[in-house]
Amino acid sequence: MQVALMVPCYIDMFYPHVGIATLELLEKLGVDVVYPKDQTCCGQPMANSGCYEQARATEEHCARVFASFDCVVTPSGSCTHHIRNKFNAGADSPEKQNLVRNTYDLVEFLHDVLKIREFPWATFDHKVALHTSCSAIRGLNMASMSERVHDAVFSKPKALLSGVPGLEFVEFERVDECCGFGGTFAVTEEAVSAKMGYDKLSFMQKASPDCIVSSDMSCLMHLQGCARRQKQDIPFYHLAEVLNGVSPWVGQSWVGQSWVGQSWAGQSRVGQS
Amino acid sequence: MSRPVDQAKNAETFLADTVHEQRLDQLLWAARMRRDAAARQVPEWEELRTLASEIKEHTLSNLSDYMIQFEARATANGVIVHWARDAHEHNQIVYDILAEQEIKLLIKSKSMLTEECELRPFLERRGIRVTETDLGERIQQLDNQPPAHITGPAIHKTNHDVAVLFSQKYGSDPKNEDTAYLAGVMRENTRPDILIARAGMTGANFVVAETGAIVVATNEGNADLSANTPPLHICSVGIEKIIPTTESLAVFIRLLARSATGDAITQYTSTFRGPRKGASMHVILVDNGRSARLGMKRFWRSLKCIRCAACMNTCPVYRRSGGLSYGSTYMGPIGIIMMPTFEIRKYSELPFASTLNGSCTNVCPVKIDIHEQIYGWREVMEENDQIQVVKKEAMRVADKVLSHPALYQIATTTLSSALEVLPHFAIYNRLNAWGKHRDVPEASSETFHAWYRNHRPKTNEEVRRG
Amino acid sequence: MNSTQALSRNTILGSVRANQPAAQPMPTIPHFHTNHFQTNQSADLVAAFSESIARMAGVVVTENVPDLDSFLRARFPDAKVICSATAEYAGTIKPASLNHWSEASTIDVCIVRSPMGVAETGSVLLSDTELQVNTIAFLAHDLVVLLDPKQIVPNIHDAYEHPHFKLRSYSVLMTGPSGSGDIGAIVVHPAQGVKTLTVLLKPPPNVGKRTG
Repeated sequence: MQVALMVPCYIDMFYPHVGIATLELLEKLGVDVVYPKDQTCCGQPMANSGCYEQARATEEHCARVFASFDCVVTPSGSCTHHIRNKFNAGADSPEKQNLVRNTYDLVEFLHDVLKIREFPWATFDHKVALHTSCSAIRGLNMASMSERVHDAVFSKPKALLSGVPGLEFVEFERVDECCGFGGTFAVTEEAVSAKMGYDKLSFMQKASPDCIVSSDMSCLMHLQGCARRQKQDIPFYHLAEVLNGVSPWVGQSWVGQSWVGQSWAGQSRVGQS
Repeated sequence: MSRPVDQAKNAETFLADTVHEQRLDQLLWAARMRRDAAARQVPEWEELRTLASEIKEHTLSNLSDYMIQFEARATANGVIVHWARDAHEHNQIVYDILAEQEIKLLIKSKSMLTEECELRPFLERRGIRVTETDLGERIQQLDNQPPAHITGPAIHKTNHDVAVLFSQKYGSDPKNEDTAYLAGVMRENTRPDILIARAGMTGANFVVAETGAIVVATNEGNADLSANTPPLHICSVGIEKIIPTTESLAVFIRLLARSATGDAITQYTSTFRGPRKGASMHVILVDNGRSARLGMKRFWRSLKCIRCAACMNTCPVYRRSGGLSYGSTYMGPIGIIMMPTFEIRKYSELPFASTLNGSCTNVCPVKIDIHEQIYGWREVMEENDQIQVVKKEAMRVADKVLSHPALYQIATTTLSSALEVLPHFAIYNRLNAWGKHRDVPEASSETFHAWYRNHRPKTNEEVRRG
Repeated sequence: MNSTQALSRNTILGSVRANQPAAQPMPTIPHFHTNHFQTNQSADLVAAFSESIARMAGVVVTENVPDLDSFLRARFPDAKVICSATAEYAGTIKPASLNHWSEASTIDVCIVRSPMGVAETGSVLLSDTELQVNTIAFLAHDLVVLLDPKQIVPNIHDAYEHPHFKLRSYSVLMTGPSGSGDIGAIVVHPAQGVKTLTVLLKPPPNVGKRTG
């Protein structure tokens, strides 16, 4: 089967290895992957700021680029949620409807469409703190949410990762509390955003994971930024890398830039039991 | 016209006080956990939420009929019903009732509506002393601060804070921080006013149209005291609190305390249908923008709110910002979607005090689509030119670049130009906002675009189809 | 209604009518009887009631208490003013002897019979009928409530079927003594109201009998 690969703008720029891993993984699964080279962005950054007018051209361009595909896959829960549920900066059109109907997050595509559960080419002998984004949980129903206490507990990312030999999950508190990225929130409410990230890391660290994995790179970008500032070098992986068979320590190296150097005195709970 | 509340700055100040921030976060997360435990005890919990939502939407969509029914039934019961178009009219009605009998002391139980109307300063300026009988409200009154939370107005204060405050105002022992002791100090000092007051005021959680009754839920019984001890009971209530029947009341009572504190019910859930023999009872129905909000297609469902504060307890932003950071009567998620209807400019930044994570929507007992309304308000702010925080120009540039592939690919070759393209980073007036507490991701030496071009040249032909 | 009030009323109603969304239907409300208790047998309901009220710091006495007077004297040895709102017990004063609602603050112990309890929540129902003077259940130091265990209904839906809510000028579902969690979310007793609430599970006597 043929799918078009949508690589979100921030993955294109900062984490191309996640796009590469996604591409390779799909090809391993026998999928014919096309990458429309004129793609740019889904318009979420502008739309989330209320700037609908300033998202319109980008949104329409996105719909046009993918117009001839009836299956679009992207390694981003937040972009998928935006396209599926909030893609209305401009007027409706057949291209838009096509994209809204046919866009899948990578996890959804693997779990629900291809129905894959085993990844025999991969091994991952590490303990994983699995983070699932709020877009994925509450926007795409990719995992159960703790608020709905009577729902059956499930997690599509966890189901997939369970198919990687050697991989172990650690359980940590406040598992589905928001990590604090929130898009524009990350800079407009920088203090709260960073504190939420620090707290999330702190809860994860208490469970002693070897690494942190998520199917949303935006959350990881934020959490990784917080971790590196705290001089923690715990590795971060996108789910696509793990399923594709990642070698350790592949990925971005971090430049520990601090622009306005101001550390959280006493904020960090890391290291405390 | 007031300047917009800078919630982000207020939050930053609150966060710098690590003692208070950590305590608030832990206390309210614990409240959220108690709510979860209580919901687990009720197998039909989700069905109750759906019923509550449907009952409220039915009532709000037939509100004028129910208001008339309530007025008729209450009046037949001997209640005097008043109508207040706005906060000022409400305050004037209360004053007139008290002045007519030369009443100089009013005791009252907790009412967010009276906070909204700023009743206390109105009365105090006219020589009427007001004593709050709710412990949290009284603490805030003594400290000259508004409530910081809808159900626990002083929840942000430590025992130490309260001990110091009470020692200043009541002469109690500043070193005794025991909760029971402090509650006892409050009781001792408030009881005299309760016994001598000639008027008592309550709010209401629900207004039952079928019986002409108002329903108040408290843990302390202070609403019962305020209403039953003096010969005059005034109840102020927003028009959106109406529900059709006593039968429907049961649905809400089963949801309210469990959502708020995790208890099955509050200690006192009271129905006031008419005055006692020898006493009088007034109900003031207050609009103050509610009927206008009813006509807002995207936002009228915020009127379903039963003031449980579950949204606040679960909100990760509220727990780290503190309730006072919103600078508003109602705070947290429900505050974000209500306050702009009162003053759009003053609260224009509140819709951005959210990550849109959606937890609030899923704990709300009446299924208000809170996070979706927050998102909707962002668009309204933009349309009404209220966006202070977001640089529209940066957005315009971003849209231009992101809709033109060639421009995009050139722009993303270097970090600094990439950062200008990505509005996440560019919209704030200081480019280094991200980097204040986080490391910045390094732009890759090769974008995915470039990598694909270099490593998968065969497929470029197929790509032209796209 | 004066002319200002008439104007306000008409303005508000007019605005509501103009703005209210398209009418949506009222749902049917089930009473959820099958979910909580194994049976609706009295024993189960008493057990559930006792558990619920204990969670709210209320005290339940299930043993037979033949003599109310000795029970109260033993439990509240320092009580001087015992206000009885029930014919089953004389007490030292009756509600009728109070000249003002605030005088109830002189009461040490108040005793009253409740017509209904609720197993789901551990609540007891009281109204102006039982209390006669509403404040006796709030300004007294301690409250004792007599409750026929056969009058415990399963849940809140059942509770609100009681005619009191449609007929009485004041009715309250009371659950445990007065409490507050306003300081640090630690619930303490009492706050403004009674310090203790004790429920005696005791059927009403036959007409004409007195126990105290």
